[in-house]
Amino acid sequence: MADSTMSQTASVSPGAPEISRLRLPLHWLGVTPFFIFALLFLILPTVGLIAGAFKNAAGDYTLDNIIALSQPKLAAAYWVSIQISFVSAILGALIGLAMAVAVVRGGLPSWLRSATLTFSGVASNFAGVPLAFSFIATLGRLGVATILLRDIFGINIYSLGFSIFSFWGLILTYLYFQIPLMIVIITPAVDGLKKEWGEAAATLGASNWQYWRMVVIPVLWPSFLGTTVLLFANAFGAVATAYALTGPSLNIVPIQLFAQIRGDVLYNPNLGYALAFGMIVITGLANLFYILFQRRAERWLK
Amino acid sequence: MKQGSRFWAWLVFGVGTAYFVLPLLATFEFSLRKRRGEYSFDAYRSLFEDPNFQTTFTYSVVVAVFTILLGVLLVVPTAYWIRLRLPNLRPLVEFITLLPLVIPAIVIVFGYIRMFGSNSTLPFLATARGTDVLLVIGYAVLALPYMYRAVDTGLRTIDVRTLTEAAQILGAGWTTIIARIILPNVLIAVLSGAFLSFAIVIGEFTMASLLNRPAFGPYLQNIGANSAYEPSALAIISFAITWGCMSLIQILSRFAPKSANRPN
Repeated sequence: MADSTMSQTASVSPGAPEISRLRLPLHWLGVTPFFIFALLFLILPTVGLIAGAFKNAAGDYTLDNIIALSQPKLAAAYWVSIQISFVSAILGALIGLAMAVAVVRGGLPSWLRSATLTFSGVASNFAGVPLAFSFIATLGRLGVATILLRDIFGINIYSLGFSIFSFWGLILTYLYFQIPLMIVIITPAVDGLKKEWGEAAATLGASNWQYWRMVVIPVLWPSFLGTTVLLFANAFGAVATAYALTGPSLNIVPIQLFAQIRGDVLYNPNLGYALAFGMIVITGLANLFYILFQRRAERWLK
Repeated sequence: MKQGSRFWAWLVFGVGTAYFVLPLLATFEFSLRKRRGEYSFDAYRSLFEDPNFQTTFTYSVVVAVFTILLGVLLVVPTAYWIRLRLPNLRPLVEFITLLPLVIPAIVIVFGYIRMFGSNSTLPFLATARGTDVLLVIGYAVLALPYMYRAVDTGLRTIDVRTLTEAAQILGAGWTTIIARIILPNVLIAVLSGAFLSFAIVIGEFTMASLLNRPAFGPYLQNIGANSAYEPSALAIISFAITWGCMSLIQILSRFAPKSANRPN
């Protein structure tokens, strides 16, 4: 692949005059390696899976696999996944927005702002297995925070029903990359709130609350919604964190799919393709909404 | 009113910071507890002495380097060519580069396993070496959105057309133009994309695990299932690696040329 990139680009090489004469074909050669790569390793594998979702073992077209997704175990997996992604997206978006507003607009020292953005860049990429380890060391049964809360404050969170391996434990862990991602994406939008708008509102006699309700929230709303659905997709596709935290036992879609790829636990490869197809549909829809909201939001960012 | 909002800002910031810093502190403290009764770096020592740590980490570093090379070879000429000659294709190319953010990694690798099996026309999975190549390709796909964005931002700051024409007048061919004119000019952007790719690839679990390659991510998971203090040490090491990559990007961005379009 690497070699063909260079040679194909090089084959376009004769000097400028030829290029104007042979405009069409030579133009396309320059981007051919990229399109071949994308076709072979991104589009065809995905399309193949989607096609497989609509076929039975004999290769005939059928909707049976899609219908079979409604069997209780798989439907429950989708439902739990959607709940986890939804709650972690909403909480991550709200907290991330609050922090972005605090560092951009709250009159905090300016170095805190760049420090927060740098840290957010790191933390939004600190997902997966190590993140799960961190939270087990902190809030696991023998975690540092668990022990401190028990010994100093007399609160045994595990006897109160909390577990890092539960629904809320997973959400608490996901927030570690959801909040920073929100901060990274929403800060430019918060920056886009012009100072003049606040002054104009104050001149017209608006209270602080009215300024927020009638100016800030409407302006930020599309960005907020867009980023929230992006966080949703982000959580929905996450495998490693959940797998390292709870093992194969947790019934969410990515982990079901992981087990299916490992050993055909559904005893029907085509049902596995349908499971993957369902994931693409959900993350695809989420991203579609993100693009639509983002387009709306850009009006204010000029 | 002003005073009140500042109080809220500090409160929000303080609570947020506590949430982000406490797990790191707790993990670090936990990782020092391997020796009974006193703090020590025993967990780190036993990791660094573990031959599996060395081999899997080396494997992942090598895979990351090849991923970056493939990413650069793929993205730089494409982004350059789109800017120079085919601006109409830009929305399509941008859409394709964003697809890996839409299609979860687990679905992409599932597609690979289905499409490149031993009996297929492109039997990557028939040999271990072929699977390594497929893993590099998969990682290049995962890193594509970041690499493309970084390189395209870099290209925006230079005058691609003038540089190309000047090079052509001096008799340079396309390979020379891309390798010796364009690449050095967007080197900082390329390096940013490279470090981000490295941070993504080094501890990646899903693809490596499902392709059965001896990478660092599956090793991490395996350690987590089998020992007590080493996972915390590994979490700290991973965080340090991610932090290192991001800091390098920050430092590099200071050297980046300022855009001609945005006077600064």
